[in-house]
Amino acid sequence: MSHQCPHPMFRKTVPTALLLAAVAACSPDEIVESVPGPVEPASEENRHVNILYWQAVAILNPYLSGGTKEVEASSMVIEPLANYDDRGEMVPVLAVEIPTLENGGVSEDLRSITWKLKRDVVWSDGTPFTSRDVVFTGEYCLHEQMGCSPDASFTEVETIEALDDFTVRVVFSVPKPFPYGPFVGAVTPILQHQQFKDCLGARAAECTVENFGPIGTGPFKVDEFRAGDVISLSANERYREPGKPWFKTATLKGGGEAASAARAVLETGEYDYAWNLQVEPEVLERMMAAGRGEVVVGFGTNVERLVINQTNADSTLGPERRSLYLDGSNPHPFLSDPVVRRALALAIDRDVLIETGYGPTGRVTCNIVPAPAEFASAANESCRVADSDEANRILDEAGWARGEDGVRSKDGVRLSLLYQTSTNSVRQGTQALIKQMWQEIGVETELRNVDAGVFFGGDPASPDTYQKFYADVEMYTSNFQGTDPELYMAAWTCDNAPGPDNQWLGTNMSRGCSAEFDGLVERLAATPYGEERYEIAKRMNDIVVQNHYLIPLIWRATASARSKELKGVRINPWDSELWNIEDWHR
Amino acid sequence: MAEIGHDAPLLEHRSLWMDVWLAFRNHTGALVGVGVFAFIVLAVFLGPLLHTVDPHYLDIGARNAGASWEHPLGTDNLGRDMLAQVLAGGRISLAVGFTAMVLALVLGTAIGVLAGYFKRVDGLLMRTTDLFLALPLLPLLLVIIMLFRDTLRTAFGPETGIFLLIVFVIGITSWMQTARIVRGEVLAIKEREFVTAARSVGTRERRIVVRHVLPNVLSPIMVSATLGIANAIITESALSFLGLGFPPDFPTWGRLLFDGANFISITPERVIWPGLAISLTVLSVNYIGDGLRDALDPRLRGT
Repeated sequence: MSHQCPHPMFRKTVPTALLLAAVAACSPDEIVESVPGPVEPASEENRHVNILYWQAVAILNPYLSGGTKEVEASSMVIEPLANYDDRGEMVPVLAVEIPTLENGGVSEDLRSITWKLKRDVVWSDGTPFTSRDVVFTGEYCLHEQMGCSPDASFTEVETIEALDDFTVRVVFSVPKPFPYGPFVGAVTPILQHQQFKDCLGARAAECTVENFGPIGTGPFKVDEFRAGDVISLSANERYREPGKPWFKTATLKGGGEAASAARAVLETGEYDYAWNLQVEPEVLERMMAAGRGEVVVGFGTNVERLVINQTNADSTLGPERRSLYLDGSNPHPFLSDPVVRRALALAIDRDVLIETGYGPTGRVTCNIVPAPAEFASAANESCRVADSDEANRILDEAGWARGEDGVRSKDGVRLSLLYQTSTNSVRQGTQALIKQMWQEIGVETELRNVDAGVFFGGDPASPDTYQKFYADVEMYTSNFQGTDPELYMAAWTCDNAPGPDNQWLGTNMSRGCSAEFDGLVERLAATPYGEERYEIAKRMNDIVVQNHYLIPLIWRATASARSKELKGVRINPWDSELWNIEDWHR
Repeated sequence: MAEIGHDAPLLEHRSLWMDVWLAFRNHTGALVGVGVFAFIVLAVFLGPLLHTVDPHYLDIGARNAGASWEHPLGTDNLGRDMLAQVLAGGRISLAVGFTAMVLALVLGTAIGVLAGYFKRVDGLLMRTTDLFLALPLLPLLLVIIMLFRDTLRTAFGPETGIFLLIVFVIGITSWMQTARIVRGEVLAIKEREFVTAARSVGTRERRIVVRHVLPNVLSPIMVSATLGIANAIITESALSFLGLGFPPDFPTWGRLLFDGANFISITPERVIWPGLAISLTVLSVNYIGDGLRDALDPRLRGT
């Protein structure tokens, strides 16, 4: 939550007449007003574009911050060798073509990939772009003292070498069926060697001038960067495509919250484009009725899911046991029962969740990997229809009997659980709905919401992070970069359960463990593209979903608002939303 | 302390509280305040007997509904009845406001009287007060809640546990103003003739404090009390807003207002009713405080 109301306790006295106004000061209108004035249309042909990101951009170097907002803002300035288009297909940017097995760019043993670079590209300062910049960028991220954010893209990279001025080869230590990690997508753009050569390793974070104003090959260059606030950009006159970008200047403003950002585009028309709208559908609809803009959606791999804790999260346990996997010796008192998990999943009516919280920006999904189509399993479609009768039946059969208060119990264990998520009105609505659905099958639910900054903050000292998971069920959205789910699914292996041994940075939040799944992770890593790879990935999806370690709820679109005047926007759920900003025009 | 009211026959004996009531009765604002406040309290505690809808029940078929016989104040975007929510929220907000106010008042008065009356603890207590005033409150609240939430939740259950925690947290962070005001008054009063007189006839210190000092500092205490209720209600909403207060499906006035803010153009009543309830409560309590102060102050009374 980037916007915070002034805390009322700091007022010395409470002028009564102002009370209503003081509490209502949290309303989004006030926030919109506090946004400094965007440039008004000066003439008929207004060549200035105003973009609003309600989370402010802190830095313009995606290697130092993996936040979506930083990655996307940087993508206006610095570019990778290739990126994903709005259909999830790779398109060359600074490379001449996408290297494949067929064109010889990927070696037969799958251990190296050779990129051919475009020859006529120059940086915005006029110096030529060469393979030296690419090799340098690899060194920059792989430096030992560098906490490189897109680290996962560079896993198992052995060497990155320049074969000549315009050819680069990346060699991996193991066969890589999907070698498009480094330098593909907005998370791993190319930095200029000349500019960043003194910023290696521990010095990376100190290079403020460079990190706030990288020289790039992209359509725009940075004029002024105010961290956490606003970025002013102007067209890069040396951009390789003549006549582009259409806009001469751009402002990327940060701050506020989702609803006020939507309003600034759809209702008041102050901005041309606003990013990431998790706002109730009826609120969006009302804003769109003003006729100034529309919501654009693209379905990528975002899935809002419930994570079911497989370890005991009881608050009476000390930190040496609570929510720790401990090789399976610390099971959850009732969520370790597959019947209970199945019943919880059966009771959820996803259509209701979409109707109340998502509208056109959400679809029902029964898979944790809903896309690309070849990776989407068809084995779980029965989840589309909620069946609380069946849920009640299997619970009765398993001996979970209803008590006087309507809550089921067995052997003294009550089906009473704590369900946490981040603070967001849509999520709190979903929580309330699911609580009622579970009440119908005799499960008692206590709700908790945690500020998003804390919940996703990953501070190992906080008990409220989604990694610590000091609750029985939690809900959030996750996705994967690009179109291959290998790294994403490898996150759910047994030894990836978060705990003190991995500084609580483990990625298997449910702590669910399956030997078959772990075996498939290794097979997937060695299987080249084709039917077999798809089948393995689908099987992995089915293991997680059918064991109900994760309950997929909603396939969420990347949803943004654009003004009706703004043309050329092709929303891209696979890469930066600003990936084709050079084509935007009025 | 009896004295002659302007419209009373000479020499009729009246108690202090009778006097106060007579003066209070003449304060129109205060009387209206009492009426409104009594109405709100009665409504939130007796209302659910008449309007028996469950505030937690989600009626998906009746989302964002306007006023009707079934839902007199309409429903929210999940189909929860607004009237039931405002009533349920009022019980919690008022209970939090009152309990926290009483806690802050007892603490603040005790510390203020002790510091003002006994010179040797003055320095220590006042520096403690300064310390509390200087503490950044929000981080302090976050830490307290993080440390004790789970313990209290296990001991008392999620609702009572959080209630105790919030009341305690608000109480111990809002007594400082009262303590300072009371200390100032006590310092002045303990030098007055009637205190010296009481001391000269050998009255014990405790009795002087209770009998002679406290009644004379009642008016600033009353004013702090009324402001304290308002402050506590608002602090509770701020905590709920940060996700640290009651569970999200637990209506309080502050949370209802916060949740309704996005829907202000679709169902304005979602903001109007809880907002009005907060405003009226605070306004009426302040008027009551205003009237009480006038009535309790012998210099203002009867003029």
